[in-house]
Amino acid sequence: MTLFGYRIPMMASLLVWCVVWEIVGRLNLVFLLPPFSEVLAAAVDLVQTPSWQKATITTLRAFAMGMTLSIVIGVPLGILMGRVKIADDLLGMWVNIFSSAPLSAIVPVLMILFGFGEKTIVAAVFLFAIWIIVLDTRAGVRHISPSLIEMARSYGASRPALYTKIILWAALPEILAGIRLGLIRGVKGVVIGQLLVAIVGYGALFETFSRNFRMAEFWALTIILFAFALMIAELIERAEAKVEYYAGARQ
Amino acid sequence: MRAAALRNGPSPVPTPIDSIVEVRGISKTYGNVEALRGIDLDFPRGKLTSLLGPSGCGKTTLLKIIAGLIRADGGTVAINGKTVSAPGPERAFVFQDFALMPWATVLRNVAFGLELRGTSRAEREEIARRYIAEVGLAGFEDKYPHELSGGMRQRVGLARALSVDADVLLLDEPFSAVDEQNRRKFQEDLIRLRTNQNKTFIFVTHSIEEAVYISDRIVLLSPRPGRVSQIIEPEIDRSGDPEHIHRDKHYLDTVEEIWQGLKQYVE
Repeated sequence: MTLFGYRIPMMASLLVWCVVWEIVGRLNLVFLLPPFSEVLAAAVDLVQTPSWQKATITTLRAFAMGMTLSIVIGVPLGILMGRVKIADDLLGMWVNIFSSAPLSAIVPVLMILFGFGEKTIVAAVFLFAIWIIVLDTRAGVRHISPSLIEMARSYGASRPALYTKIILWAALPEILAGIRLGLIRGVKGVVIGQLLVAIVGYGALFETFSRNFRMAEFWALTIILFAFALMIAELIERAEAKVEYYAGARQ
Repeated sequence: MRAAALRNGPSPVPTPIDSIVEVRGISKTYGNVEALRGIDLDFPRGKLTSLLGPSGCGKTTLLKIIAGLIRADGGTVAINGKTVSAPGPERAFVFQDFALMPWATVLRNVAFGLELRGTSRAEREEIARRYIAEVGLAGFEDKYPHELSGGMRQRVGLARALSVDADVLLLDEPFSAVDEQNRRKFQEDLIRLRTNQNKTFIFVTHSIEEAVYISDRIVLLSPRPGRVSQIIEPEIDRSGDPEHIHRDKHYLDTVEEIWQGLKQYVE
Protein backbone atom coordinates (compact mmCIF):
# COMPACT_ATOMS: atom_id res chain seq x y z
CA MET A 1 0.00 0.00 0.00
CA THR A 2 1.26 3.49 -0.78
CA LEU A 3 -0.03 6.85 0.42
CA PHE A 4 1.14 10.10 -1.18
CA GLY A 5 4.00 8.16 -2.70
CA TYR A 6 5.19 6.68 0.61
CA ARG A 7 5.13 2.96 1.20
CA ILE A 8 2.99 2.14 4.20
CA PRO A 9 3.71 -1.12 5.99
CA MET A 10 0.86 -3.64 6.30
CA MET A 11 0.50 -3.16 10.03
CA ALA A 12 -0.11 0.57 9.65
CA SER A 13 -3.83 0.16 8.98
CA LEU A 14 -4.12 -1.96 12.09
CA LEU A 15 -2.47 0.86 14.03
CA VAL A 16 -4.96 3.38 12.66
CA TRP A 17 -7.88 1.26 13.85
CA CYS A 18 -6.27 0.83 17.27
CA VAL A 19 -6.05 4.62 17.56
CA VAL A 20 -9.69 4.98 16.47
CA TRP A 21 -10.68 2.36 19.04
CA GLU A 22 -8.73 4.20 21.74
CA ILE A 23 -10.44 7.54 20.93
CA VAL A 24 -13.94 6.04 20.76
CA GLY A 25 -13.25 4.19 24.00
CA ARG A 26 -12.07 7.36 25.77
CA LEU A 27 -15.13 9.29 24.61
CA ASN A 28 -17.10 6.84 26.74
CA LEU A 29 -19.91 6.59 24.18
CA VAL A 30 -20.71 2.94 24.70
CA PHE A 31 -19.80 1.16 27.88
CA LEU A 32 -19.35 -2.02 25.78
CA LEU A 33 -16.18 -0.53 24.33
CA PRO A 34 -13.46 0.36 26.81
CA PRO A 35 -10.34 2.14 25.47
CA PHE A 36 -7.91 -0.08 23.62
CA SER A 37 -5.12 0.58 26.13
CA GLU A 38 -7.38 -0.75 28.88
CA VAL A 39 -8.06 -3.89 26.81
CA LEU A 40 -4.32 -4.40 26.34
CA ALA A 41 -3.69 -4.02 30.04
CA ALA A 42 -6.48 -6.51 30.70
CA ALA A 43 -4.89 -8.93 28.25
CA VAL A 44 -1.56 -8.74 30.07
CA ASP A 45 -3.29 -9.41 33.39
CA LEU A 46 -5.49 -12.11 31.90
CA VAL A 47 -2.70 -14.29 30.57
CA GLN A 48 -1.22 -14.40 34.07
CA THR A 49 -4.34 -15.80 35.71
CA PRO A 50 -4.50 -19.56 36.33
CA SER A 51 -8.08 -19.64 35.05
CA TRP A 52 -6.95 -18.35 31.66
CA GLN A 53 -4.03 -20.75 31.51
CA LYS A 54 -6.24 -23.68 32.39
CA ALA A 55 -8.87 -22.62 29.86
CA THR A 56 -6.20 -22.23 27.19
CA ILE A 57 -4.84 -25.71 27.76
CA THR A 58 -8.35 -27.20 27.66
CA THR A 59 -9.17 -25.29 24.49
CA LEU A 60 -5.91 -26.11 22.73
CA ARG A 61 -6.26 -29.77 23.63
CA ALA A 62 -9.78 -30.04 22.24
CA PHE A 63 -8.73 -28.07 19.16
CA ALA A 64 -5.68 -30.24 18.52
CA MET A 65 -7.67 -33.44 18.97
CA GLY A 66 -10.50 -32.29 16.71
CA MET A 67 -8.08 -31.11 14.03
CA THR A 68 -6.01 -34.30 14.13
CA LEU A 69 -9.17 -36.34 13.69
CA SER A 70 -10.43 -34.25 10.81
CA ILE A 71 -7.07 -34.40 8.99
CA VAL A 72 -6.55 -38.12 9.60
CA ILE A 73 -10.07 -38.91 8.37
CA GLY A 74 -10.58 -36.02 5.94
CA VAL A 75 -7.49 -36.48 3.75
CA PRO A 76 -8.00 -40.22 3.06
CA LEU A 77 -11.71 -39.60 2.51
CA GLY A 78 -10.91 -36.86 0.01
CA ILE A 79 -8.42 -39.09 -1.80
CA LEU A 80 -11.00 -41.89 -1.93
CA MET A 81 -13.60 -39.53 -3.38
CA GLY A 82 -11.11 -38.17 -5.89
CA ARG A 83 -10.16 -41.64 -7.11
CA VAL A 84 -13.27 -43.80 -6.80
CA LYS A 85 -16.33 -42.60 -8.64
CA ILE A 86 -18.80 -44.62 -6.61
CA ALA A 87 -17.47 -43.19 -3.34
CA ASP A 88 -17.74 -39.73 -4.84
CA ASP A 89 -21.34 -40.31 -5.91
CA LEU A 90 -22.28 -41.70 -2.51
CA LEU A 91 -20.55 -39.12 -0.31
CA GLY A 92 -20.31 -36.03 -2.50
CA MET A 93 -23.79 -34.79 -1.70
CA TRP A 94 -23.30 -35.08 2.06
CA VAL A 95 -19.90 -33.44 2.06
CA ASN A 96 -21.26 -30.52 0.08
CA ILE A 97 -24.30 -30.15 2.35
CA PHE A 98 -22.21 -30.20 5.51
CA SER A 99 -19.55 -27.87 4.17
CA SER A 100 -22.12 -25.14 3.53
CA ALA A 101 -24.64 -25.91 6.28
CA PRO A 102 -24.95 -23.66 9.37
CA LEU A 103 -23.18 -26.14 11.61
CA SER A 104 -23.70 -24.11 14.80
CA ALA A 105 -27.24 -25.42 14.76
CA ILE A 106 -25.99 -28.97 15.12
CA VAL A 107 -23.77 -28.32 18.13
CA PRO A 108 -26.70 -28.68 20.62
CA VAL A 109 -27.32 -32.10 19.12
CA LEU A 110 -23.67 -32.94 19.77
CA MET A 111 -24.20 -31.98 23.38
CA ILE A 112 -26.96 -34.54 23.64
CA LEU A 113 -24.75 -37.15 22.03
CA PHE A 114 -21.48 -36.44 23.79
CA GLY A 115 -22.43 -34.67 27.00
CA PHE A 116 -21.25 -31.35 28.40
CA GLY A 117 -17.58 -32.05 28.23
CA GLU A 118 -14.52 -32.11 26.06
CA LYS A 119 -15.96 -34.72 23.69
CA THR A 120 -18.57 -32.30 22.43
CA ILE A 121 -15.94 -29.64 21.77
CA VAL A 122 -13.74 -32.10 19.91
CA ALA A 123 -16.74 -33.20 17.86
CA ALA A 124 -17.59 -29.56 17.10
CA VAL A 125 -14.05 -28.84 15.87
CA PHE A 126 -14.15 -32.00 13.77
CA LEU A 127 -17.52 -31.15 12.30
CA PHE A 128 -16.46 -27.62 11.39
CA ALA A 129 -13.06 -28.50 9.95
CA ILE A 130 -13.35 -31.80 8.10
CA TRP A 131 -15.54 -30.91 5.09
CA ILE A 132 -13.30 -28.32 3.52
CA ILE A 133 -10.34 -30.69 3.98
CA VAL A 134 -12.26 -33.45 2.18
CA LEU A 135 -13.34 -31.12 -0.63
CA ASP A 136 -9.90 -29.62 -1.21
CA THR A 137 -8.16 -32.99 -1.09
CA ARG A 138 -10.68 -34.36 -3.57
CA ALA A 139 -10.10 -31.39 -5.90
CA GLY A 140 -6.34 -31.87 -5.61
CA VAL A 141 -6.55 -35.55 -6.48
CA ARG A 142 -8.88 -34.77 -9.39
CA HIS A 143 -6.37 -32.33 -10.85
CA ILE A 144 -3.45 -34.75 -10.92
CA SER A 145 -2.23 -35.04 -14.48
CA PRO A 146 -3.33 -38.46 -15.83
CA SER A 147 0.09 -38.93 -17.41
CA LEU A 148 1.72 -38.82 -13.96
CA ILE A 149 -0.47 -41.76 -12.92
CA GLU A 150 0.29 -43.55 -16.21
CA MET A 151 3.98 -42.89 -15.63
CA ALA A 152 3.85 -44.58 -12.22
CA ARG A 153 1.90 -47.51 -13.66
CA SER A 154 4.20 -47.93 -16.65
CA TYR A 155 7.23 -48.08 -14.37
CA GLY A 156 5.58 -50.76 -12.29
CA ALA A 157 4.25 -48.88 -9.26
CA SER A 158 2.25 -51.02 -6.86
CA ARG A 159 -1.04 -49.61 -5.59
CA PRO A 160 0.42 -48.45 -2.24
CA ALA A 161 3.40 -46.89 -4.04
CA LEU A 162 1.05 -45.09 -6.43
CA TYR A 163 -0.73 -43.48 -3.48
CA THR A 164 2.24 -42.70 -1.24
CA LYS A 165 4.75 -41.71 -3.91
CA ILE A 166 2.54 -39.96 -6.46
CA ILE A 167 -1.05 -39.14 -5.52
CA LEU A 168 -0.40 -37.77 -2.02
CA TRP A 169 2.45 -35.58 -3.24
CA ALA A 170 0.77 -34.39 -6.39
CA ALA A 171 -2.28 -33.29 -4.41
CA LEU A 172 -0.26 -31.81 -1.54
CA PRO A 173 -0.76 -28.12 -2.42
CA GLU A 174 -4.54 -28.50 -2.36
CA ILE A 175 -4.43 -30.71 0.74
CA LEU A 176 -2.47 -28.02 2.60
CA ALA A 177 -4.87 -25.31 1.43
CA GLY A 178 -7.73 -27.45 2.74
CA ILE A 179 -6.01 -27.92 6.08
CA ARG A 180 -5.38 -24.18 6.39
CA LEU A 181 -9.05 -23.38 5.76
CA GLY A 182 -9.98 -26.28 8.03
CA LEU A 183 -7.90 -24.83 10.87
CA ILE A 184 -9.69 -21.50 10.63
CA ARG A 185 -13.04 -23.25 10.66
CA GLY A 186 -11.83 -25.39 13.53
CA VAL A 187 -11.19 -22.26 15.62
CA LYS A 188 -14.80 -21.31 14.94
CA GLY A 189 -15.85 -24.79 15.97
CA VAL A 190 -13.96 -24.71 19.25
CA VAL A 191 -15.36 -21.28 20.21
CA ILE A 192 -18.93 -22.05 19.24
CA GLY A 193 -18.75 -25.43 20.94
CA GLN A 194 -17.42 -23.96 24.14
CA LEU A 195 -19.87 -21.05 24.09
CA LEU A 196 -22.80 -23.39 23.77
CA VAL A 197 -21.54 -25.82 26.37
CA ALA A 198 -20.52 -22.72 28.35
CA ILE A 199 -18.80 -24.51 31.19
CA VAL A 200 -15.55 -25.48 29.45
CA GLY A 201 -12.46 -23.49 28.54
CA TYR A 202 -12.85 -20.17 26.74
CA GLY A 203 -16.60 -20.63 26.62
CA ALA A 204 -16.72 -20.48 30.41
CA LEU A 205 -14.47 -17.41 30.45
CA PHE A 206 -16.55 -15.63 27.80
CA GLU A 207 -19.68 -16.43 29.82
CA THR A 208 -18.17 -15.03 33.01
CA PHE A 209 -16.83 -11.86 31.38
CA SER A 210 -19.94 -10.98 29.43
CA ARG A 211 -22.36 -11.80 32.30
CA ASN A 212 -20.40 -9.57 34.64
CA PHE A 213 -19.81 -6.85 32.03
CA ARG A 214 -16.04 -7.21 32.32
CA MET A 215 -15.69 -5.85 28.80
CA ALA A 216 -11.94 -5.17 28.84
CA GLU A 217 -11.25 -8.81 29.61
CA PHE A 218 -13.92 -9.91 27.14
CA TRP A 219 -12.24 -8.02 24.31
CA ALA A 220 -8.80 -9.12 25.44
CA LEU A 221 -9.87 -12.75 25.13
CA THR A 222 -11.41 -12.09 21.72
CA ILE A 223 -8.18 -10.50 20.50
CA ILE A 224 -6.13 -13.42 21.80
CA LEU A 225 -8.39 -15.83 19.89
CA PHE A 226 -8.18 -13.81 16.69
CA ALA A 227 -4.42 -13.63 16.99
CA PHE A 228 -4.24 -17.39 17.50
CA ALA A 229 -6.41 -18.13 14.44
CA LEU A 230 -4.38 -15.76 12.27
CA MET A 231 -1.12 -17.17 13.53
CA ILE A 232 -1.84 -20.80 12.69
CA ALA A 233 -3.26 -19.80 9.31
CA GLU A 234 -0.02 -17.91 8.69
CA LEU A 235 2.06 -20.92 9.71
CA ILE A 236 0.25 -23.21 7.26
CA GLU A 237 0.52 -20.56 4.59
CA ARG A 238 4.28 -20.64 4.98
CA ALA A 239 4.28 -24.39 4.51
CA GLU A 240 2.10 -23.89 1.45
CA ALA A 241 4.52 -21.37 -0.01
CA LYS A 242 7.21 -24.02 0.22
CA VAL A 243 5.25 -26.47 -1.92
CA GLU A 244 3.84 -23.80 -4.20
CA TYR A 245 6.92 -23.79 -6.37
CA TYR A 246 5.85 -27.10 -7.73
CA ALA A 247 2.13 -26.43 -7.71
CA GLY A 248 2.77 -23.84 -10.39
CA ALA A 249 4.95 -26.21 -12.36
CA ARG A 250 2.27 -28.88 -12.59
CA GLN A 251 0.77 -29.60 -15.94
CA MET B 1 15.68 -45.55 -58.19
CA ARG B 2 13.02 -45.34 -55.54
CA ALA B 3 13.75 -43.54 -52.35
CA ALA B 4 12.00 -46.05 -50.21
CA ALA B 5 10.80 -49.57 -50.30
CA LEU B 6 7.04 -49.46 -50.20
CA ARG B 7 4.60 -52.14 -49.29
CA ASN B 8 0.99 -51.43 -49.88
CA GLY B 9 -2.22 -52.32 -48.17
CA PRO B 10 -3.27 -53.63 -44.82
CA SER B 11 -2.33 -57.16 -45.79
CA PRO B 12 0.01 -58.78 -43.23
CA VAL B 13 3.61 -57.80 -43.68
CA PRO B 14 6.08 -60.67 -43.93
CA THR B 15 7.53 -61.21 -40.46
CA PRO B 16 11.06 -59.85 -40.19
CA ILE B 17 13.66 -62.32 -39.02
CA ASP B 18 13.78 -61.05 -35.46
CA SER B 19 10.85 -59.07 -34.18
CA ILE B 20 10.76 -58.11 -30.52
CA VAL B 21 7.20 -56.78 -30.41
CA GLU B 22 4.40 -58.59 -32.19
CA VAL B 23 0.99 -57.02 -32.46
CA ARG B 24 -1.82 -59.28 -33.63
CA GLY B 25 -5.36 -58.24 -34.49
CA ILE B 26 -5.51 -55.34 -32.05
CA SER B 27 -8.78 -53.45 -32.03
CA LYS B 28 -10.10 -50.74 -29.75
CA THR B 29 -13.37 -48.84 -29.64
CA TYR B 30 -14.16 -45.77 -27.53
CA GLY B 31 -17.92 -45.50 -27.20
CA ASN B 32 -18.99 -45.62 -30.83
CA VAL B 33 -15.68 -44.39 -32.22
CA GLU B 34 -13.58 -47.17 -33.65
CA ALA B 35 -10.02 -46.12 -32.81
CA LEU B 36 -8.18 -49.20 -34.08
CA ARG B 37 -9.26 -52.09 -36.28
CA GLY B 38 -7.36 -55.32 -36.74
CA ILE B 39 -3.81 -54.03 -36.36
CA ASP B 40 -1.10 -56.58 -37.25
CA LEU B 41 2.43 -55.32 -36.83
CA ASP B 42 5.93 -56.54 -36.12
CA PHE B 43 8.63 -54.36 -34.67
CA PRO B 44 12.14 -55.50 -35.55
CA ARG B 45 14.65 -55.71 -32.71
CA GLY B 46 17.17 -52.91 -32.43
CA LYS B 47 15.37 -50.67 -34.91
CA LEU B 48 13.50 -47.43 -34.60
CA THR B 49 9.95 -47.75 -35.89
CA SER B 50 7.69 -44.74 -36.17
CA LEU B 51 3.91 -44.78 -36.00
CA LEU B 52 2.89 -41.93 -38.24
CA GLY B 53 -0.50 -40.59 -39.13
CA PRO B 54 -2.93 -37.71 -38.86
CA SER B 55 -4.58 -37.01 -35.52
CA GLY B 56 -7.35 -39.44 -34.73
CA CYS B 57 -5.62 -42.40 -36.38
CA GLY B 58 -5.11 -44.12 -33.02
CA LYS B 59 -1.31 -44.06 -33.01
CA THR B 60 -1.03 -43.04 -29.36
CA THR B 61 -3.73 -45.56 -28.44
CA LEU B 62 -1.74 -48.29 -30.16
CA LEU B 63 1.44 -47.25 -28.36
CA LYS B 64 -0.33 -47.26 -24.99
CA ILE B 65 -1.81 -50.69 -25.74
CA ILE B 66 1.72 -51.95 -26.43
CA ALA B 67 2.79 -50.30 -23.14
CA GLY B 68 0.00 -52.09 -21.29
CA LEU B 69 -1.53 -48.79 -20.17
CA ILE B 70 -4.69 -49.25 -22.22
CA ARG B 71 -6.51 -52.54 -22.56
CA ALA B 72 -7.35 -53.55 -26.13
CA ASP B 73 -10.84 -54.84 -26.96
CA GLY B 74 -9.37 -57.64 -29.03
CA GLY B 75 -6.04 -59.02 -30.18
CA THR B 76 -2.71 -59.62 -28.47
CA VAL B 77 0.62 -57.94 -27.91
CA ALA B 78 3.67 -60.15 -27.44
CA ILE B 79 7.09 -58.96 -26.26
CA ASN B 80 9.94 -61.39 -26.85
CA GLY B 81 7.33 -64.00 -27.72
CA LYS B 82 5.42 -63.58 -24.46
CA THR B 83 1.89 -62.19 -24.49
CA VAL B 84 1.51 -59.16 -22.21
CA SER B 85 -1.49 -57.20 -20.96
CA ALA B 86 0.05 -54.93 -18.33
CA PRO B 87 3.16 -52.73 -18.08
CA GLY B 88 6.39 -54.66 -17.59
CA PRO B 89 10.08 -54.05 -16.98
CA GLU B 90 11.00 -54.84 -20.60
CA ARG B 91 9.21 -51.69 -21.77
CA ALA B 92 9.79 -48.06 -20.79
CA PHE B 93 7.60 -45.11 -21.74
CA VAL B 94 8.48 -41.53 -22.62
CA PHE B 95 5.53 -39.18 -22.27
CA GLN B 96 4.43 -36.34 -24.49
CA ASP B 97 4.03 -34.01 -21.49
CA PHE B 98 7.18 -35.42 -19.79
CA ALA B 99 5.24 -36.71 -16.72
CA LEU B 100 7.95 -35.65 -14.30
CA MET B 101 7.32 -35.39 -10.58
CA PRO B 102 7.54 -31.64 -9.93
CA TRP B 103 8.40 -32.20 -6.25
CA ALA B 104 11.43 -34.36 -7.01
CA THR B 105 14.88 -33.45 -8.28
CA VAL B 106 16.16 -34.51 -11.70
CA LEU B 107 18.16 -37.26 -9.98
CA ARG B 108 15.14 -38.72 -8.19
CA ASN B 109 12.97 -38.41 -11.30
CA VAL B 110 15.48 -40.31 -13.40
CA ALA B 111 15.94 -42.93 -10.69
CA PHE B 112 12.21 -43.29 -10.08
CA GLY B 113 11.73 -46.39 -12.21
CA LEU B 114 14.50 -48.11 -10.25
CA GLU B 115 13.12 -46.77 -6.97
CA LEU B 116 9.81 -48.50 -7.74
CA ARG B 117 11.71 -51.72 -8.40
CA GLY B 118 13.35 -51.56 -4.99
CA THR B 119 16.89 -50.90 -6.19
CA SER B 120 19.04 -49.56 -3.35
CA ARG B 121 19.48 -45.81 -3.20
CA ALA B 122 23.23 -45.79 -3.86
CA GLU B 123 22.92 -48.11 -6.83
CA ARG B 124 19.97 -46.39 -8.47
CA GLU B 125 21.52 -42.95 -8.06
CA GLU B 126 24.73 -44.14 -9.63
CA ILE B 127 22.83 -45.52 -12.62
CA ALA B 128 20.71 -42.37 -12.82
CA ARG B 129 23.80 -40.14 -12.84
CA ARG B 130 25.22 -42.12 -15.72
CA TYR B 131 22.12 -41.66 -17.86
CA ILE B 132 21.72 -38.02 -16.87
CA ALA B 133 25.20 -37.52 -18.33
CA GLU B 134 24.27 -39.67 -21.34
CA VAL B 135 21.40 -37.34 -22.28
CA GLY B 136 23.59 -34.29 -21.71
CA LEU B 137 22.21 -33.06 -18.39
CA ALA B 138 25.29 -33.56 -16.20
CA GLY B 139 25.34 -30.85 -13.54
CA PHE B 140 21.54 -30.60 -13.36
CA GLU B 141 21.03 -33.56 -11.00
CA ASP B 142 19.79 -31.44 -8.10
CA LYS B 143 17.56 -29.13 -10.12
CA TYR B 144 13.78 -29.38 -10.08
CA PRO B 145 11.76 -29.84 -13.30
CA HIS B 146 10.34 -26.30 -13.19
CA GLU B 147 13.89 -24.96 -13.33
CA LEU B 148 14.48 -26.68 -16.69
CA SER B 149 13.37 -25.83 -20.22
CA GLY B 150 10.94 -28.07 -22.08
CA GLY B 151 13.74 -29.74 -24.01
CA MET B 152 15.69 -30.45 -20.85
CA ARG B 153 12.62 -31.84 -19.13
CA GLN B 154 12.12 -34.32 -21.94
CA ARG B 155 15.77 -35.34 -21.62
CA VAL B 156 14.97 -36.19 -18.01
CA GLY B 157 12.05 -38.29 -19.25
CA LEU B 158 14.36 -40.04 -21.70
CA ALA B 159 17.03 -40.67 -19.06
CA ARG B 160 14.36 -42.18 -16.79
CA ALA B 161 13.31 -44.54 -19.58
CA LEU B 162 16.93 -45.50 -20.33
CA SER B 163 17.90 -46.10 -16.72
CA VAL B 164 15.46 -48.99 -16.19
CA ASP B 165 17.32 -50.84 -18.94
CA ALA B 166 14.22 -51.90 -20.86
CA ASP B 167 14.52 -53.60 -24.25
CA VAL B 168 11.80 -51.49 -25.82
CA LEU B 169 11.47 -47.73 -25.52
CA LEU B 170 8.02 -46.35 -26.28
CA LEU B 171 8.02 -42.66 -27.13
CA ASP B 172 4.73 -40.81 -27.40
CA GLU B 173 5.30 -37.64 -29.47
CA PRO B 174 8.22 -36.84 -27.21
CA PHE B 175 9.22 -33.66 -29.01
CA SER B 176 5.84 -32.08 -29.63
CA ALA B 177 6.07 -29.93 -26.49
CA VAL B 178 9.68 -28.96 -27.22
CA ASP B 179 10.65 -25.87 -29.23
CA GLU B 180 11.99 -26.22 -32.77
CA GLN B 181 15.72 -25.71 -32.10
CA ASN B 182 15.71 -28.16 -29.23
CA ARG B 183 13.73 -30.64 -31.29
CA ARG B 184 16.42 -30.72 -34.00
CA LYS B 185 19.15 -31.26 -31.43
CA PHE B 186 17.06 -33.88 -29.70
CA GLN B 187 16.44 -35.81 -32.93
CA GLU B 188 20.18 -35.87 -33.64
CA ASP B 189 20.80 -37.14 -30.12
CA LEU B 190 18.19 -39.84 -30.59
CA ILE B 191 19.92 -41.07 -33.74
CA ARG B 192 23.19 -41.22 -31.82
CA LEU B 193 21.55 -42.91 -28.83
CA ARG B 194 20.03 -45.58 -31.02
CA THR B 195 23.46 -46.50 -32.33
CA ASN B 196 24.99 -46.56 -28.83
CA GLN B 197 22.22 -48.34 -27.00
CA ASN B 198 21.10 -51.66 -28.30
CA LYS B 199 17.43 -50.89 -27.90
CA THR B 200 14.24 -51.03 -29.89
CA PHE B 201 12.42 -47.73 -30.24
CA ILE B 202 8.74 -47.30 -31.06
CA PHE B 203 8.09 -43.68 -31.80
CA VAL B 204 4.75 -41.94 -32.26
CA THR B 205 4.79 -38.73 -34.24
CA HIS B 206 2.58 -36.66 -36.51
CA SER B 207 5.53 -35.02 -38.22
CA ILE B 208 6.47 -36.62 -41.54
CA GLU B 209 9.91 -34.98 -41.55
CA GLU B 210 10.63 -36.21 -38.06
CA ALA B 211 9.56 -39.76 -38.90
CA VAL B 212 11.68 -39.92 -42.07
CA TYR B 213 14.62 -38.26 -40.36
CA ILE B 214 14.96 -40.71 -37.50
CA SER B 215 13.19 -43.95 -38.46
CA ASP B 216 14.39 -47.25 -39.85
CA ARG B 217 10.81 -48.08 -40.48
CA ILE B 218 7.66 -46.00 -40.74
CA VAL B 219 4.20 -47.42 -40.18
CA LEU B 220 1.57 -45.19 -41.74
CA LEU B 221 -1.82 -45.34 -40.05
CA SER B 222 -5.03 -44.13 -41.62
CA PRO B 223 -7.77 -42.67 -39.45
CA ARG B 224 -11.35 -43.69 -38.56
CA PRO B 225 -10.90 -46.55 -38.01
CA GLY B 226 -7.16 -46.65 -37.37
CA ARG B 227 -5.58 -49.16 -39.72
CA VAL B 228 -2.14 -49.82 -41.14
CA SER B 229 -2.15 -48.25 -44.56
CA GLN B 230 1.51 -48.52 -45.53
CA ILE B 231 4.91 -49.53 -44.24
CA ILE B 232 7.92 -47.62 -45.49
CA GLU B 233 11.58 -48.29 -44.88
CA PRO B 234 13.47 -45.13 -45.73
CA GLU B 235 16.94 -46.02 -46.92
CA ILE B 236 18.81 -43.07 -45.59
CA ASP B 237 22.47 -43.10 -44.67
CA ARG B 238 22.68 -41.70 -41.13
CA SER B 239 26.34 -42.45 -40.57
CA GLY B 240 27.55 -38.98 -41.61
CA ASP B 241 26.76 -35.55 -40.28
CA PRO B 242 23.08 -35.48 -39.29
CA GLU B 243 22.90 -31.99 -40.78
CA HIS B 244 23.27 -33.49 -44.25
CA ILE B 245 20.23 -35.73 -43.91
CA HIS B 246 17.87 -32.79 -44.24
CA ARG B 247 19.30 -32.08 -47.70
CA ASP B 248 19.57 -35.73 -48.74
CA LYS B 249 17.61 -36.55 -51.89
CA HIS B 250 16.23 -39.83 -50.54
CA TYR B 251 15.06 -37.99 -47.45
CA LEU B 252 13.25 -35.32 -49.43
CA ASP B 253 11.70 -37.84 -51.82
CA THR B 254 10.43 -40.01 -49.00
CA VAL B 255 8.88 -37.05 -47.19
CA GLU B 256 7.14 -36.05 -50.42
CA GLU B 257 5.90 -39.55 -51.04
CA ILE B 258 4.41 -39.91 -47.58
CA TRP B 259 2.80 -36.51 -47.87
CA GLN B 260 1.14 -37.55 -51.13
CA GLY B 261 -0.23 -40.61 -49.35
CA LEU B 262 -1.49 -38.73 -46.31
CA LYS B 263 -2.95 -35.76 -48.15
CA GLN B 264 -6.32 -37.45 -48.67
CA TYR B 265 -6.95 -37.47 -44.91
CA VAL B 266 -6.38 -33.76 -44.49
CA GLU B 267 -9.35 -31.53 -45.02
